[in-house]
Amino acid sequence: MLKRLFILCIGTVFLAACETASTTSVDSAGDASSSASASSTSSGTASSSSSSSTAAATEAETLSPEEILKKEFAKVGSTILFDYDSSALSDYAQRTLDRQAAFLKARPQTRVLMGGHADERGTREYNLALGERRASAARDYLVSKGISSERIRIISYGKERPAKVGSNEAAWRLNRRAETRLN
Amino acid sequence: MVMLNILSNARFQAGWKKLVMLSVWIICAPVLAVAQSDIPRLDITEGQIEPIPVAIADFTGPDGKPSAVGKQISQIISDDLVSSGLFRTIDSAAFIRPPESPKIRPDFANWAPLGAKGLLIGSAFEDSDGLLQIEFVLWDVVTQRNITEGSGTADKQGLRRIAHQIGDFVYEEFTGDMPYFDTQIVYVSEEGPQNRRIKRLAIMDQDGHNHRFLTTGADLVLTPRFSKTAMEVAYLNYFNDEPNVYLLDVASGRTERLGRFPGMTFAPRFAPDGNMLIMSLAKDGQTDIYEMDLRTQSRIRLTRSPSIDTSPSYSPDGLSIVFNSDRGGSQQLYIMNRQGKNVNRISYGDGRYATPVWSPRGDLIAFTKMYRGEFYIGVMNVDGSGERLLAKGFLVEAPTWAPNGRVLMYFKKQPVTDSGEGGETHLYRIDITGFNERRILTPADASDPAWSPLLQ
Repeated sequence: MLKRLFILCIGTVFLAACETASTTSVDSAGDASSSASASSTSSGTASSSSSSSTAAATEAETLSPEEILKKEFAKVGSTILFDYDSSALSDYAQRTLDRQAAFLKARPQTRVLMGGHADERGTREYNLALGERRASAARDYLVSKGISSERIRIISYGKERPAKVGSNEAAWRLNRRAETRLN
Repeated sequence: MVMLNILSNARFQAGWKKLVMLSVWIICAPVLAVAQSDIPRLDITEGQIEPIPVAIADFTGPDGKPSAVGKQISQIISDDLVSSGLFRTIDSAAFIRPPESPKIRPDFANWAPLGAKGLLIGSAFEDSDGLLQIEFVLWDVVTQRNITEGSGTADKQGLRRIAHQIGDFVYEEFTGDMPYFDTQIVYVSEEGPQNRRIKRLAIMDQDGHNHRFLTTGADLVLTPRFSKTAMEVAYLNYFNDEPNVYLLDVASGRTERLGRFPGMTFAPRFAPDGNMLIMSLAKDGQTDIYEMDLRTQSRIRLTRSPSIDTSPSYSPDGLSIVFNSDRGGSQQLYIMNRQGKNVNRISYGDGRYATPVWSPRGDLIAFTKMYRGEFYIGVMNVDGSGERLLAKGFLVEAPTWAPNGRVLMYFKKQPVTDSGEGGETHLYRIDITGFNERRILTPADASDPAWSPLLQ
């Protein structure tokens, strides 16, 4: 049952990626919420930057090193998703974390903040613990891939910072997540 | 004779004249089975609760006529009593010649026909120093006896408190229960879009008056809880993106981080003795329960399982702790002793159970239950038997007890649409019989309420 749900997720992810393929650059069928957030929050800027190559060139000149780093990290995929009340890493989540590990290995100075989140269908305190458990699972995976735990700080937001607003299964699925931010 | 004196911030509990105990309000609360059908039903005590009829005369000035402050006081007392669901006040338009002063014995021939069981007569006026001078007498209309009388002094800021205290005397006399009108609520005020909520601690009287904010909204704050004196609040604060339990001094607004832990601390609650605090520490994917000595900040670890152990709450005698754990595979309620030993699961109904809170009377555990996509607030006996569900909604959470253990407050949140509409979040309270659910009005959306003990 869970497996089928997961396959369904990937289906919609590809769909979302296709819809935004013309506007987001390389987001290689990235993961669900990074493409979702790109389409919901920053599609405007993405489309204007890729509309002409000259605009992109000038933008590269004006971007700070941090902004360039962030842009590159966005291609890796910053977010992994979890099943309901679970902190188990799916194969798909592990592939995203593999890319994050490779990114961090290539940039030994970069530190990250790993935020753990839960959907709204739980009580506040339990969800804070669940968010911490998810962030820890993602952190432990990165550490197992050779990233020093010193470089990863974790924080739980419980259900306080949904990626997708809405009281429905689609939003809840995107909100059960661990989100890696460059720090 | 009761002496009330709000200036000195003292609450007088004893020394008042008590001629007769009028009646004891007994609630029969049959235990109704919960799991008879697939959909849990809300349990409302069988039978009609007949509110006690009382007449509250407007408090009079020196001229024997209702004074402006006197009318205010009578209104506050009436509102308190009616809001409890256990009283009904008789329309003052029906009053015939109410006494001009509490010193005058009422003519009971004028009151008995109105059906009133109790009659409250009082005076309230400002003296030459601008202080309120207040006297009252509570009469039993049936036996024509003086049950309680008292007097007090307050400055203008103390008017509402002294009215709540008089209301408490009436409540206590006629119900036999401990009162709760002279109490406060600390809660989280919410504003802004759902994905970037601004949350601030706020405090108000239990009836929603005297509202003020305690934090600015610069940092995310959650789950405030009163200390036993109601002078301090423990809460979760995301200052510097480091979620940690903080202590806030209500009067001064001063805050203090409670210890440095190698992880996130949250879910604080004060021990009944006031010197200890219990909370959760989440680290490396594991959440355990710790007890901290507030004077030394030394701490003792009470649980050691790879599971999530959170939302701890002390029994009123301080000997036991009820908490939430997923050690058995799903969220359930457990009780252990103060040393973290003798752990027993108490919740065995369908669904998941969370946020257990021990009643101040010691007899019940309030909880949040999640079952088939709905949230419920309920109570069960300390051994897990006698589960009764009192409130239901898309999201209902965070029960907190009135200090007398017979009223619960919690919050309800409505669903949110994809465009961010809806999501109204409000405080409600309900009698543990399941009757009289009422919304508490707040300036903005409101969640995570905590009820104070009786003020001192």
